[in-house]
Amino acid sequence: MDLNMVWFLLIWVLLAGYAILDGFDLGVGVLHLFARDDRQRRIHLNAIGPVWDGNEVWLLTGGGALFAAFPPVYATVFSGYYLALMLVLFALIFRAVSMEFRGQIDNPSWRRLWDWAFGLGSLIPAIIFGVAIGNILRGLPIEADGSLNIPFLALLNPYAVLIGVLSLLMFVMHGAAYLAVKTEGDLQQRVARWTSGVWMAFVVVYLVATIATFFVSSFLFEGVLSNPLFWIFFLLLLASIVYIPIVNRAGKFLRAFLGSSATIAAMIGLTAVSLFPRMVPSSLDLASSLTIYNASSTPRTLTVMLVIALIGLPLVIVYTVCIYRAFAGKVVISEDSY
Amino acid sequence: MDLDPLFLSRLQFALTIGFHFLFPPLSIGLAWLLVWIEWHGWRRGDEDYVRAGKFFGKILGLTFAVGVATGIVMEFQFGTNWAEYSKYVGDIFGAPLAAEAIFAFFLESTFLGLYLFGRNRVSKGMHWFSILMVAVGSTLSAFWIIVANSWQQTPAGYEIRNGRAELTDFWAATFNPSTADRFLHTFVGCLIAGAFLMAGISAYLVLKNRGTQVGRKTLKISLIFGLVVSVLALFPTGDHHAKQVARTQPEKFAAMEGLIHGQIRAPLAVFGIPSEGPPELKFKIGIPGLLSLMAFGDADAHVPGIEDLREAGRPTPPFVITFICFHTMVGLGTLFIALTALGVFLLYRRKLFETRWYLKLLLWAIPLPLIACELGWIVAEVGRQPWVVYRILKTKDAYSANVTGGEVLFSIIMFGLIYLLLGVLYVFIMARSIKRGPTALPVKEVR
Ligand code: HDD
Ligand code: HEM
Ligand code: HEM
Repeated sequence: MDLNMVWFLLIWVLLAGYAILDGFDLGVGVLHLFARDDRQRRIHLNAIGPVWDGNEVWLLTGGGALFAAFPPVYATVFSGYYLALMLVLFALIFRAVSMEFRGQIDNPSWRRLWDWAFGLGSLIPAIIFGVAIGNILRGLPIEADGSLNIPFLALLNPYAVLIGVLSLLMFVMHGAAYLAVKTEGDLQQRVARWTSGVWMAFVVVYLVATIATFFVSSFLFEGVLSNPLFWIFFLLLLASIVYIPIVNRAGKFLRAFLGSSATIAAMIGLTAVSLFPRMVPSSLDLASSLTIYNASSTPRTLTVMLVIALIGLPLVIVYTVCIYRAFAGKVVISEDSY
Repeated sequence: MDLDPLFLSRLQFALTIGFHFLFPPLSIGLAWLLVWIEWHGWRRGDEDYVRAGKFFGKILGLTFAVGVATGIVMEFQFGTNWAEYSKYVGDIFGAPLAAEAIFAFFLESTFLGLYLFGRNRVSKGMHWFSILMVAVGSTLSAFWIIVANSWQQTPAGYEIRNGRAELTDFWAATFNPSTADRFLHTFVGCLIAGAFLMAGISAYLVLKNRGTQVGRKTLKISLIFGLVVSVLALFPTGDHHAKQVARTQPEKFAAMEGLIHGQIRAPLAVFGIPSEGPPELKFKIGIPGLLSLMAFGDADAHVPGIEDLREAGRPTPPFVITFICFHTMVGLGTLFIALTALGVFLLYRRKLFETRWYLKLLLWAIPLPLIACELGWIVAEVGRQPWVVYRILKTKDAYSANVTGGEVLFSIIMFGLIYLLLGVLYVFIMARSIKRGPTALPVKEVR
């Protein structure tokens, strides 16, 4: 395993960390649109209140690490996705401030306004992240000189939109599983039903998406069947998908949440394994793809970054665990709450 | 109409970073003051400090939220709008950005959650520790981002190879010639911003008799602290920073100081009206020899001027903006020292809480340090032009060629509208919670 591979792995670990952690924040945000009354909405907000910002930092770290380790990927993809990324940014801005602003004024229409901002601010990224991955799986029109020009509407092709729907369902299922852990009574029953409902939709769309991928990007399947990692992720995915509804029905909500976390990890693992060693395949000519070798920083930078990651990530994990433990248990609305 | 994506990207960067940078100074300054306040609330069990902590903690939470919302934009904007730049310098510039996220953002955001929501969930000691970590984290985040910025001002520890800048020495790049000066000076600027925010709000509380006891204590602390850091902004950090610019970026220095023709015994321009093309400084009031003395420690030293640098083939930055912004910042800095010194004097004479005009002045002075911070950055960034990485890469070669002017125009308009909304709501909500004040306690004498 060389440095470039290590960084490929780390980038995907960061993305998986983001999808698992902020994923449930996004899911809770989408479900927020369907809450019954103000009390439920406050419970939603406070279920993620103390942790969402730390979760979002996984995205920032992923972005920063991509910049440092694979600058051409960072530059090409982000400028190529210009308008899509701007939409994500606008949405994330609204999501961040809506939680803080909402409770500041005791007026129902004010609150409803920020509830919508919060819900849409979660919905839009949940879809666009999937669309972005879909387009990468499909390949982007990267020229031989590494340049990329793609109109915004071309990003919204049927296959990418399908992956967008898939990621939305994945995050919503994950968010519902998280809420079931943090709530009690009627609300808990309600979100548990959501988990199993969304689970079904997720499984159907996942099957369709896998078949579609086979036709759209058959190159992704080349050689993976002989890769043991592929089978590990595949089995993990199968096992966790089957596991979720079983434990959910039995009322073991923490396990259901861990199951949906494993599902996300496995899906991202499969994506990474089938892309490897490409970062972004070119749809014009696979030879022009951005790979972990032609789009990386120098070995020196990769080494420095590895040291930074090896010092930083354990610290991050320690205090992430600390804060989840401090806020373990059901949501309690108190004077400090939103 | 032809929309220039380069110009628009520059405008967008200036707009978004300028707006973002209104909030971190307040967060950083306020967080450090809260470390002090919460310590007293915890160790001395002083009710007033506990209330002050809750009150200013809420303000910190609000400020932080807007800082985060606007900061996310920055992380991605290098890729979206400055793709050529990112490819050219990514090998070096990306590392501090990633370090910032991993060492600083996680720390501040995780512990801020604990601080804001955990008052009744964790022990008092842990609660204090969490605000300490917020302060440390936000300061670290300022440090790493300034490392990135300073590298583009005074690049070091690199070599141009394979058509890009490649890292050769991590420590030399991190502690490049301007990192220390820029970080310390910016940090001090942030502390001033926090001190003025707290002083202004406390003055209001005293004026309106809302939670006066709390207001008196926080006013006292923030004024004394404000005086100390205001002095530090001028000396040693500002002075040292200027010397550093004189050594490393003579073009910027000449524009800042309004020195058109190089000379020995160069005068320090205290006042002047600058104009461009050809650069000129009218109605100049100067102190002979002082500039040479300040910049190089020798009144007879030669300081190069704008014209001689141009003749030597060195492109110089826009003169008028750089000059005016620099002088206004220094003027404001001097004003801050005077203002806080007056306050401390009144405090010493036990007249502070009765001097209503002064308390009103403090309230209106809240935005001034933020203005000084913005001006300072404009000096640093506009003064670096036409280079984006000093003497290595020009701004005009750095933007994303695959993004159209129309797309950037769209995003600027959206950012403009969203930021306007956020700014108005921020001020509005803040004013509301200040008006409510910390729950009032009976007034006791504090001194
Ligand atoms: C409250 C804020 C504040 C105050 C009172 C001052 N400054 Fe400042 N200044 C900043 C806040 C700031 C800043 C925002 O933090 C900057 C922008 C970049 C930097 O390094 O710090 C800055 C930049 C900056 C530069 C910059 C050039 C560069 O980075 O290339 C110089 C030479 C000075 N300052 C010098 C001074 C002097 C001599 C002051 C005398 C009182 C002063 N500043 C007051
Ligand atoms: C000198 C300029 C800057 C300073 C001192 C600074 C400092 C800070 C601080 C202290 C925060 C915490 C939020 C707050 O307190 O309001 C923050 C947030 C943030 N900043 Fe900046 N910043 C600067 C410029 C930038 C730039 C250029 C970027 C782009 C890479 C950036 C990216 C971010 C991001 C992504 C966040 C959100 C972090 C979170 O979720 O906790 N900042 N910044
Ligand atoms: C936080 C306060 C800051 C302010 C107010 C500020 C202000 C500005 C302004 C006004 C410009 C436009 C200059 C021009 O095009 O004439 C600019 C450009 C730029 N700044 Fe900053 N800046 C800040 C911090 C930073 C930091 C911390 C970084 C890097 C980490 C940075 C990187 C850049 C880049 C890449 C450009 C675009 C290229 C250019 O126009 O030179 N800035 N900034």
